[in-house]
Amino acid sequence: MSAITTPRRSGSTAMKLVGTAADEIDSRIHPAGGIRRQINKVFPTHWSFMLGEIAMYSFIVLLISGTWLAVFYDPSMAETTYEGTYAGLRGVVMSKAYESTVNISIDVRGGLFIRQIHHWAALLFVAAMIAHMMRTFFTGAFRRPRETNWVLGVVLLLTGMIEGFIGYSLPDDLLSGTGIRTGLSAIILSIPVIGTWLHWAIVGGEFPGDIIIPRFYIVHVFLLPGIILAVIGVHVALVWFQKHTQFPGPGRTERNVVGVRILPTFATKAGGFMVVAVGVMAIMAGVFQINPIWKLGPYDPTQVSAGSQPDFYMAVFDGAVRLWPSWEMYLFGRYTIPSIFFPAVIGMGILTTLLALYPLIERKLTGDGAHHNLLQRPRDVPVRTATGMMAMAFYFWLVVACGNDIIGYTFDISLNVMTWIGRIGLLVIPPVVYFATYRICLGLQRSDREVLEHGIETGHIKRLPHGEFIEVHQPLGGVDDHGHAIPLAYQGSKVPKRMNDLGYSGHPVKGGWFRPDPAEEQGDIHAGSGTDPLQVEPGSDRELAGRPDAGRPRDVRD
Amino acid sequence: MSAPPESESHRAGSPSGPQGHGSDELRIPTDAELAEMSTDDLVRLGNRIDDIEVVADRARFPVPGTRAEKRAERQVAGWFILAAIAGLAFIVAFIAWPHEWVPPGDPGSTWYALYTPAIGVTLGVSILAVGMGVIAYSKKLLPEDLTIQQRHDGRSGEVERRTAAARLVQAGQQSGIGRRKLIVRSIGAAGGVLGAGILVAAFGGLVKNPWKEGDQSPLLVTDWRSENGERVYLRKFDGDPTDVVLVRAGDLEPGSMETVFPFKESQRNDPEALTEEVRSSDSPVMLIRLRPNVPVIKRAGQEDFNYGSLFAYSKICSHMGCPTSLYEDQTMRILCPCHQSQFQANEYARPVFGPAARPLAQLPITVDDQGYLYARSDFIEPVGPGFWERRP
Ligand code: HEM
Ligand code: FES
Repeated sequence: MSAITTPRRSGSTAMKLVGTAADEIDSRIHPAGGIRRQINKVFPTHWSFMLGEIAMYSFIVLLISGTWLAVFYDPSMAETTYEGTYAGLRGVVMSKAYESTVNISIDVRGGLFIRQIHHWAALLFVAAMIAHMMRTFFTGAFRRPRETNWVLGVVLLLTGMIEGFIGYSLPDDLLSGTGIRTGLSAIILSIPVIGTWLHWAIVGGEFPGDIIIPRFYIVHVFLLPGIILAVIGVHVALVWFQKHTQFPGPGRTERNVVGVRILPTFATKAGGFMVVAVGVMAIMAGVFQINPIWKLGPYDPTQVSAGSQPDFYMAVFDGAVRLWPSWEMYLFGRYTIPSIFFPAVIGMGILTTLLALYPLIERKLTGDGAHHNLLQRPRDVPVRTATGMMAMAFYFWLVVACGNDIIGYTFDISLNVMTWIGRIGLLVIPPVVYFATYRICLGLQRSDREVLEHGIETGHIKRLPHGEFIEVHQPLGGVDDHGHAIPLAYQGSKVPKRMNDLGYSGHPVKGGWFRPDPAEEQGDIHAGSGTDPLQVEPGSDRELAGRPDAGRPRDVRD
Repeated sequence: MSAPPESESHRAGSPSGPQGHGSDELRIPTDAELAEMSTDDLVRLGNRIDDIEVVADRARFPVPGTRAEKRAERQVAGWFILAAIAGLAFIVAFIAWPHEWVPPGDPGSTWYALYTPAIGVTLGVSILAVGMGVIAYSKKLLPEDLTIQQRHDGRSGEVERRTAAARLVQAGQQSGIGRRKLIVRSIGAAGGVLGAGILVAAFGGLVKNPWKEGDQSPLLVTDWRSENGERVYLRKFDGDPTDVVLVRAGDLEPGSMETVFPFKESQRNDPEALTEEVRSSDSPVMLIRLRPNVPVIKRAGQEDFNYGSLFAYSKICSHMGCPTSLYEDQTMRILCPCHQSQFQANEYARPVFGPAARPLAQLPITVDDQGYLYARSDFIEPVGPGFWERRP
């Protein structure tokens, strides 16, 4: 008999019923122990741990809104002449895929809203994954034992981007057709030896053929969502069973987790947060128009709309082919390796490989094979932080390059100048960013050490009787016999920098909008303390997490 | 790098006996004792078993009924009430708001344009408010929680590791698979062949030979190729494929550009074929008339491809195949809007800037006895993006 099957103490009928039901289940499936263990599980909290969750919530929105779209969408390239409601397209020859997407947008009640929530969720999905990846990178969360999850994350990022690109192509409008031409057809053709064969296998012949949209459709609604769902499952299961990392802080060690239990705090907060995220996506989908395909017209290989930009996550590829010089290779006077092969296939291949292998590379270079559950502050690992910022600069520069015609047009700069700015910037900016980040990290480290040694600057300057001016500091760890601050060791966690961080600004009086609560209700015990539970200091006899050498690789178990 | 001894013994130990972080042995109560325990005692027992320590589990309002508590309650309920109101507004808007398309500018078009925002905002606010209410509940009313759990990660206990390994070794030995080389090899052969078979079945259907037509492969020829000697004329296209307008040399102003498509007399009464020609991905051509007296450089072997000051270049960019639709007469450059490659129109459309590496293919043109332009032959090189088998 387990505890949950003991309804004895609560008199109500409802409780008795629940108790009986629980016993019926437990006596068959035996889950009591497992359930208790899972709802007793402790989760560390920090805002940045939410980024991965946002990616997951937007994926859920994609699954639901996508299923709804599939009820109305027709993945067919058969041609038809539009005779529908929207006057701007009447008489135009188009594919059924495009026609049905126009119908969703114009005729189906609420259809435009669902299309827009699907598209916004797709953008948010990739954006949240990138932000989540940056979080795990800059805090060292990918180190042993979590390298597997890093690699799974890279897989999710890539499949998510491909899934988005393919979805973007489904409406078969002018913009997305151009996207298939450049993003798929031309790049596949450029692959040496097998390129033309691969193109014929995928597109079924010469571009555009009449099969690519139906093929994209099954990949988009079945194959890739299935793969993504399975990988997300493993990814989250690993987080669950390996337990989440935590930042160093009071009471936190490599061997424990300090936080809130799944029930009730974590579950309610995360559940509420998910609903909020869905609500925000719904508002965005209502208010901000995205991809108004009925204004673009159907795909026509002989036309292009000026200023055609892909969705942001594809921009990096587009920027890379814009900046790559016109270097093409001819072999034996017989074969061609087109220039786009180098940036689009080799370049992106190298970048994604480096990304996936980063944990391995760092481990080899630092010799750090230890088991890590405590995160690092980015400033404490200047080389990694600078490397990451350098990579981000490279990435964002390529994204910006994808909009070089728009920038040139807006600011009246010649396209050629923009291209050259792009090319030179790509070589110059990342190293500059590396150097600047490195110096900033060292500066932040020093400012932490400064406070730990001398205390917080109070802003007071005192003149001594003999005329000397001294700056008054508030020591953090008491003073010695001479009145000097006792220096503290850095322990890898945030150091208070201002007097307010020590609570010197006091607390606001509790009360409503118009009057304060009566004096006898002002104490914490009456009014609810309102502090973050994690600010509650655990018993001081506890081992402190941060060690003087926190942030440097070391096995904490010995 | 071995796990600390206390957790070691825990994992290897009996299922009943995980210890707290301290030293005292956890005693599992009898059923009779369990029946007497209070909820709090039972929770504490569970905590010991799961190795968690609840540091803080403080009620937010230990003294019930204070103003602060009522305020917190009202705030939480406020979110849910907002959610209900917005949800109602959503239902009303979804059904009653005019949702049928109205041409922009006509009366009612603003109402129509606001349909999606109206349902999006009402639904979104309703959902958002539910979430905010739940979060507010957990922040304002649920007890403050601070709990510490021991991780127990790293290697498994020595007993687990050794016993599991022993089972595997034993199973391996008993199967005798190590000794039976013949079976191992035949399993390998079966697995390999079957795997290959599945791959063939899965992808075999997709394979198609792009070179089946040899030097007539679609990669090499376009619709400008003349079948059985029929002339392929240049035609304009103004939205209606069946409205065939041929082009004369004098139709173009000096310094202007016109997009033209192939036309064969035999297709005149075949709307489907006509539509196909104006939408095909490799046949659009830019017909450019240079201004008089501009210096012209021709490519070796293409010296007679132009007709006077008329030059016909493939519109399909040699970079990645976008239509290069912009012609700037001042500089005589053709600009591709996709990645800004630029081609010099008076110098055989050679690439002068940007990522494209090859000139645009040139179509050899001339006029018939009535002055209509036609293609003397197909392009002499493949148009559009490059590929491996393309001869340099
Ligand atoms: C994994 C994440 C997914 C991403 C990133 C994604 C992305 C996209 C994008 C960007 C579009 C173009 C939207 C537009 O028309 O403006 C699209 C269209 C579409 N998606 Fe998805 N999608 C995902 C999952 C799904 C799923 C799971 C389904 C169905 C079960 C689905 C069904 C559809 C359909 C039917 C369309 C075409 C209809 C239309 O464009 O209006 N999608 N998708
Ligand atoms: S396709 Fe023309 S420049 Fe890239």
